[in-house]
Amino acid sequence: MHPASSVILFTSASGAGYGVLALTPAFVALGLLPPDRWLGASLLIPALGMVTIGLLASTFHLGHPERAWRALSQWRSSWLSREGVMAILSYGPALAYAYGWIVLETNDGAWAWAGFAASLTALGTLFTTAMIYRSLKPVPAWATDWTVAGYLVLGLLSGLAIITAVASGFGFHPVRFQTAAIILILAGAIVKNGYWARLETAWEQAQASSGQAVASDNTVLRSVEWPHTEENFILKEMGFRIARKHAERLRRIARNLLFVIPAVVFVISPSLAPMPYAAWAAWLGAALLLAGIVVERWLFFAEAKHVVTLYYGLD
Amino acid sequence: MPFPAPAENDGVETSPAVADEVKTTTCYMCACRCGIRVFLKDGQVRYIQGNRDHPVNKGVLCGKGAAGIMNHLSPARLRKPLKRCGPRGSGDFEEIEWDEALSIAQSWLGDIRKNDPKKLAFFTGRDQSQSLTGWWAKQFGTPNYAAHGGFCSVNMAAGGLYSIGGSFWEFGEPDWEHARILLMFGVAEDHDSNPIKIGLGKLKERGAKVIAVNPARTGYAAIADEWLGIRPGTDGLLILALVHELLRAGKIDLDYLARFTNAGWLVRQAPGTATDGLFLRNDSGTPLVWDRKTGAAVAHTDTNAVADLTSSHNVNGATAVPVFKLIAERYSDSQYAPDAVADRTGIPAETIRRIAAEIADAAFNHPVTLPVAWTDAHGKTHAEMTGRPVAMHAMRGISAHSNGFQTCRALHLLQMLIGAVDTPGSFRYKPPYPKPIPPGPTPSGKNAAANTPLDGMPLGFPASPDDLLYDDDGTPARIDKAFTWESPMSAHGAMHRVIANAAAGDPYTIDTLFLYMANMAWNSSMDIQGTLDALTATDPATGEYKIPHIIYSDAYASETIAYADLILPDTTYLERWDCISMLDRPIGEADGAGDAIRQPIVEPDRDVRPFQSVLLDLGARLGLPGFVNDDGTPKYPGGYADYIVYHQRSPGVGPLAGWRGTAGDQDGKGDSNPEQLDRYIENGCFWHGAIPDDARYYKMANQGYLDWAVKLGFLPKAEQIVLQLYSEPVQTFRNAARGHGALTPPDHLRDQVEQAFDPLPFWTPVGEDEHPEAEKFPLHGLTQRPMHHYHSWGSQNAWLRQITAQNRLFMHRQTAANLKIADDDWVWVESRHGRVKGQVKLVDGVNRDTVWTWNAIGKRAGTWGLNESVPEVKKAFLLNHIIPEKHADGTTSLSDPVTGQAAWFDLRVKVYKAEPDEQGETAPALDTLARVPGQAAPVDRLDFGRAFRAKDGGR
Amino acid sequence: MTCLPSTSGAKLGLVIDLDTCVGCQACVTNCKEWNTGGHMAPLTDTQPYQAGADGVWFNRVHSYEVTTPEGETRALHFPRSCLHCEDAACVTVCPTGASYKRSSDGIVLVDEDKCIGCKLCSWACPYGAREYDVFEGVMKKCTLCVDRIYNENLDEEDRVPACVLTCPTGARHFGDLGDPQSDVSQLVAKRNGQDLMPEMGYRPTNKYLPQRAKADTSAKSLEPVEDTSGATGLLAWVDRMLSQAD
Ligand SMILES: Nc1nc2c(c(=O)[nH]1)N[C@H]1C(S)=C(S)[C@@H](COP(=O)(O)OP(=O)(O)OC[C@H]3O[C@@H](n4cnc5c(=O)[nH]c(N)nc54)[C@H](O)[C@@H]3O)O[C@H]1N2
Ligand SMILES: Nc1nc2c(c(=O)[nH]1)N[C@H]1C(S)=C(S)[C@@H](COP(=O)(O)OP(=O)(O)OC[C@H]3O[C@@H](n4cnc5c(=O)[nH]c(N)nc54)[C@H](O)[C@@H]3O)O[C@H]1N2
Ligand code: SF4
Ligand code: SF4
Ligand code: SF4
Ligand code: SF4
Ligand code: SF4
Ligand SMILES: [Mo]
Repeated sequence: MHPASSVILFTSASGAGYGVLALTPAFVALGLLPPDRWLGASLLIPALGMVTIGLLASTFHLGHPERAWRALSQWRSSWLSREGVMAILSYGPALAYAYGWIVLETNDGAWAWAGFAASLTALGTLFTTAMIYRSLKPVPAWATDWTVAGYLVLGLLSGLAIITAVASGFGFHPVRFQTAAIILILAGAIVKNGYWARLETAWEQAQASSGQAVASDNTVLRSVEWPHTEENFILKEMGFRIARKHAERLRRIARNLLFVIPAVVFVISPSLAPMPYAAWAAWLGAALLLAGIVVERWLFFAEAKHVVTLYYGLD
Repeated sequence: MPFPAPAENDGVETSPAVADEVKTTTCYMCACRCGIRVFLKDGQVRYIQGNRDHPVNKGVLCGKGAAGIMNHLSPARLRKPLKRCGPRGSGDFEEIEWDEALSIAQSWLGDIRKNDPKKLAFFTGRDQSQSLTGWWAKQFGTPNYAAHGGFCSVNMAAGGLYSIGGSFWEFGEPDWEHARILLMFGVAEDHDSNPIKIGLGKLKERGAKVIAVNPARTGYAAIADEWLGIRPGTDGLLILALVHELLRAGKIDLDYLARFTNAGWLVRQAPGTATDGLFLRNDSGTPLVWDRKTGAAVAHTDTNAVADLTSSHNVNGATAVPVFKLIAERYSDSQYAPDAVADRTGIPAETIRRIAAEIADAAFNHPVTLPVAWTDAHGKTHAEMTGRPVAMHAMRGISAHSNGFQTCRALHLLQMLIGAVDTPGSFRYKPPYPKPIPPGPTPSGKNAAANTPLDGMPLGFPASPDDLLYDDDGTPARIDKAFTWESPMSAHGAMHRVIANAAAGDPYTIDTLFLYMANMAWNSSMDIQGTLDALTATDPATGEYKIPHIIYSDAYASETIAYADLILPDTTYLERWDCISMLDRPIGEADGAGDAIRQPIVEPDRDVRPFQSVLLDLGARLGLPGFVNDDGTPKYPGGYADYIVYHQRSPGVGPLAGWRGTAGDQDGKGDSNPEQLDRYIENGCFWHGAIPDDARYYKMANQGYLDWAVKLGFLPKAEQIVLQLYSEPVQTFRNAARGHGALTPPDHLRDQVEQAFDPLPFWTPVGEDEHPEAEKFPLHGLTQRPMHHYHSWGSQNAWLRQITAQNRLFMHRQTAANLKIADDDWVWVESRHGRVKGQVKLVDGVNRDTVWTWNAIGKRAGTWGLNESVPEVKKAFLLNHIIPEKHADGTTSLSDPVTGQAAWFDLRVKVYKAEPDEQGETAPALDTLARVPGQAAPVDRLDFGRAFRAKDGGR
Repeated sequence: MTCLPSTSGAKLGLVIDLDTCVGCQACVTNCKEWNTGGHMAPLTDTQPYQAGADGVWFNRVHSYEVTTPEGETRALHFPRSCLHCEDAACVTVCPTGASYKRSSDGIVLVDEDKCIGCKLCSWACPYGAREYDVFEGVMKKCTLCVDRIYNENLDEEDRVPACVLTCPTGARHFGDLGDPQSDVSQLVAKRNGQDLMPEMGYRPTNKYLPQRAKADTSAKSLEPVEDTSGATGLLAWVDRMLSQAD
């Protein structure tokens, strides 16, 4: 699938934003974060910012952005619509929670419930986004729960990285978040490797039944002539191909940025490094991890093949 | 019964108004000439649909026809007459007014006519007004006239007309309703584009067997039940091997042979004499047969006689052999046995035997009998019509080879032997065919004289060497050397030789080359560079062009424009009157005769004029007899429409056969009818004369048909047309080669003529296979017609060019592997004449020794209203660049020695990988031609149709 | 409304015969010429006379070579257009309700006034039947010629899709596949009509008739007239035949 930068930007940015919105209230509840209004501001405002930028970015590639509001209407059937609805919904509790914490300087009691709701809607939005891809059967690579798991875990992981970095700026040692980091990094590594492990075979299965794409079972199909000698919409949008070795290199980069480096920065170094080194590391780690998310997202599209390309004899 | 519109209430307008007006006319996106209904909205063409009532297409349209709107609106349309200002080939023109254009033409042509008319060479291409253009040339007085048939399929036409008085091509068709087997030899598309597709659909429906004999498995071959990937140029062997098998097993229709062919005619055996191999005739000139009952030689017309087919006889002193005996002896020879031809043809012997068996089974175990009583030419009535359900069709795969004439004859021989010519289930003539054999008239044009019309039409059918066209001083009368010993039976002329000969001044120099609708500077010529050199060659002494004047009529900015001095811009097919006439290439089908017209659907928005009207205008300005009244005023002031209605070729016979006579109640013959065109328009712009039910088969000997044909003026007299297994006219040329008669071939052609003019079909390798260097070029190089492009015109069509803007070189996987060539590689295709670069596509469905590509997709930069960087220019390629124009001898052109048919498919090539730094672009790349004046730069967006929808209340 | 109708009254669709399709492209250009002035007009073309020409088409024809399990290779022409699926995810994924399936006849359409051009429906179509109009910023697709099949301004026999009307070989058929008695349903039953990519579970309405087994090639070769072969044998036989005649 064609890796459109707007979609990559959207999913990575809003993913991180929702990650922060989902984890923050939980950490507060666990007492990992104090009710310091400035800390709250530095966590929630950027998070809401990233979510909003992401949402706006997602309208860049529309043919009719001015009609975007219509996309909220079909929540009964469409995950894209549901995502829009959830995204809007998530603003309510998130803003309320931010109001309580930043303006009234309180995040317990009723405000904790708002935080809880903010967490849920944030997770919900991550989930609906993932389900858009999960539900596309013509893209075998995506049509798996690994996709959903990937979006959730990586959203949370990028959220965690940001929280850790920001918190460390307020003098909180990253070691506090070590357990969460261990869990999310492990989960992330498992999920992405699971996703990648399945990717090839999913496509080979699709290829195996390509004869049925032209109503001639078990025949081997060789494209002789396309319906057009130059590229058309289908090929531009869905005919994207990335060389295997190129993909492997990028996967390696993604693994390092998403799991290896973070493991060092958020799991190992906190136990060794004193402040402010640990803080600096956290900031650097967060930046690298976000870069990793972008690489992973680019691959998510570039590596996904659409069954329509079977008609064009593309491998 | 259509579905009623449901109440969906989704606001969709299910009954939009589609047209303010629907006009009928005839498609001209190709020469098939289907009937169309043109939907007009606000005076704009909204939609083109097939005309359901039309005999040719019965409502369907092909891929081209349905894209007609985009040719009609093409940015490549010429806008105004053009006069060359730069050197030839630069494309540097200025726009001029019609008056100036016509007076220039008039002055050039006027001088020629009053001095030496043959210094005008008038050649036309894809047009369908050859009865007008030919007559114009005749009245002008130049023998130098022909249409494109000479490089198209004259082998097919001549081979058929001299054998069965008809032909495949568009002169006949399979019996789609009754055939059990159809054998298609070398057909990709043919002129009957839609009828063949409709017919194949019917065969498939009925479960008949379709066998495609073709080096390439595409299009029709793709849906064939069996594909024989034959080696190019060897069909003659395959066909004669089938004949061998059928003879061996006695699976032949003796009754048919005796009644309808010259199987029993006696051939004189007198080696060394002038009459050797000619028929024995009685005093009234009627060929004789040996009557088994009376044991005497009698006229073949004697209905009581039972002709002997098997033994020689002595007829008052002369030894004579029945034709059939000659046939039995020749084709029973083991050289025609399947095992002997298998290697050469690439078709396994057992396959050949099986196909012969299948043919025999269908023909003799499953005859088709129709309960229709009919009377034959001898007055004998028959209760029913019985036929052999084995149909054959062939086209340029057979005819575009230098052995095509005889291969085509071989195919007709096979048909005749099994009684499969115009019998139920077999091949069927389309009226006005069959014609008498040998066909007439003979060609005219000897000793052309100033201000004098020719005594007959320039093209015709020689019956003997006496009919060759040499002036009294012995020089060939025609610039293309048609009807000379180089190609005596070149019934369609030899357009492909005109330019080279004219530039070489061989046989003489000309003053003006007048071309119409033929892209001779590109896809219509072999050796393109050589052709361009000839068009621009100058005389070193004077610096003048060797071809002093070139006038060209085209409708679009083709490659040839840049090489003319004067351009007469034509309209598109939706903007003019046209006439698809019985005097030219009719649109009949097996059950009826037909002709048609085009009517102007919309007015041109440019300063262009219909070429036929321009030609009439020129004729009048030149005062050509027949074009002016006695007082010198133009005879057809209303242009072509006037001519179509009022011109009479012979009393009562005009361009159109329908609604003749002042009352409009006569078919075929009759006075001119002032309202004829209205009648045509009322009837959908065509006329169809159905053949009486009892006259639809055995047309060559069916009294009912013969009478009907005479009534309509197709035949001079209602006399049986005896099919010619053995061709006497051909033998007369052979005798001349053996030194008999007044006119004999020059020494360098003697052997060629003696060998080629065999009265019985035979096979010989095509010229290029015999070339001394043949081994260096192990592969055969072919082109095919893409079904959705018409020659060079498709690329200007915004829709069609999206489908195909680049042609690949198709090559067998295994052959490529042996040459270390991978799929999509760029390769050089090299012939003994030159090399061209293209990209391969590997397939299984092609003969292993053959590579092929789509025809005429490649374009020259600056033409057809396209940008210079389009794939048609950068990636697509033409094989024409590397097709040599001459045979190995360097003198005779790469043509069939009998008919002069251009042997496009003789081409042999080698293929090798292009260097890494040669990837991605084709070669040769000729320099860019300047856009014709007044032509806007291409738009970057086409939203044709928006306006119509708005009209429907849409957005 | 992008929830699919539980049932559609009729199931209008196409039946395409791969055994007779010669790949002539007539259905392709006829579809284009009708629809570029029809309900979805215009079918915009970009760079029409330049390199990289591209445009909106509702019907495209591929050509293939296939190798059967028996090892036989064949050529195959394959027209590809919207199959008006019963489980049309192209509809359910649409966030705006622009993409919908008609409950009356099952035709899947796009309402251009609602479409935001997010292209998700084209991702959801396994068959590549939706093409985006870059200039209009909306998605376009085969309308099953909804503006022809019911059009009272057309002659009755013309009220069929343009591609069906034009197909020279008669390889395309139109009708109600929901009615087992309809000609198309009968044809599908007789010729074992197939769904494309059934594993996708879209339950296409359009059906494709697979290529028939090629005609048998078991015929025996011919026996000679009699043991004396060659011309003499033949002529002797002909002679006998003729003697019987006289
Ligand atoms: N390699 C190879 N070359 C071949 C062949 C092949 O099989 N292989 N086939 C040969 C054969 S059989 C033929 S017939 C020729 C065909 O070749 P041509 O007879 O040259 O046919 P076209 O190239 O279609 O173009 C004829 C010209 O007519 C112009 N034209 C189109 N419509 C009109 C009109 O309405 N009025 C006027 N005045 N002009 C118009 C076009 O713009 C074009 O320039 O090609 C020959 N060349
Ligand atoms: N769509 C479309 N239709 C056209 C035209 C067009 O340009 N486009 N042109 C029109 C014109 S002018 C003409 S003349 C006709 C030509 O009509 P066709 O003769 O059908 O057209 P070609 O493409 O020349 O077909 C030649 C076929 O013969 C095969 N062939 C080549 N050599 C041999 C051989 O030695 N043996 C056998 N058995 N087969 C062989 C080729 O593979 C090819 O399939 O088409 C007319 N119709
Ligand atoms: S075959 Fe096609 S292009 Fe030719 S006349 Fe018929 S519809 Fe027109
Ligand atoms: S029109 Fe008919 S034969 Fe031609 S491509 Fe379409 S389906 Fe095939
Ligand atoms: S073919 Fe594609 S566009 Fe048509 S209904 Fe099915 S899924 Fe939707
Ligand atoms: S592109 Fe239009 S029709 Fe397709 S899903 Fe988006 S809004 Fe719906
Ligand atoms: S049904 Fe109509 S819109 Fe659909 S492919 Fe056929 S012609 Fe095109
Ligand atoms: Mo031709």
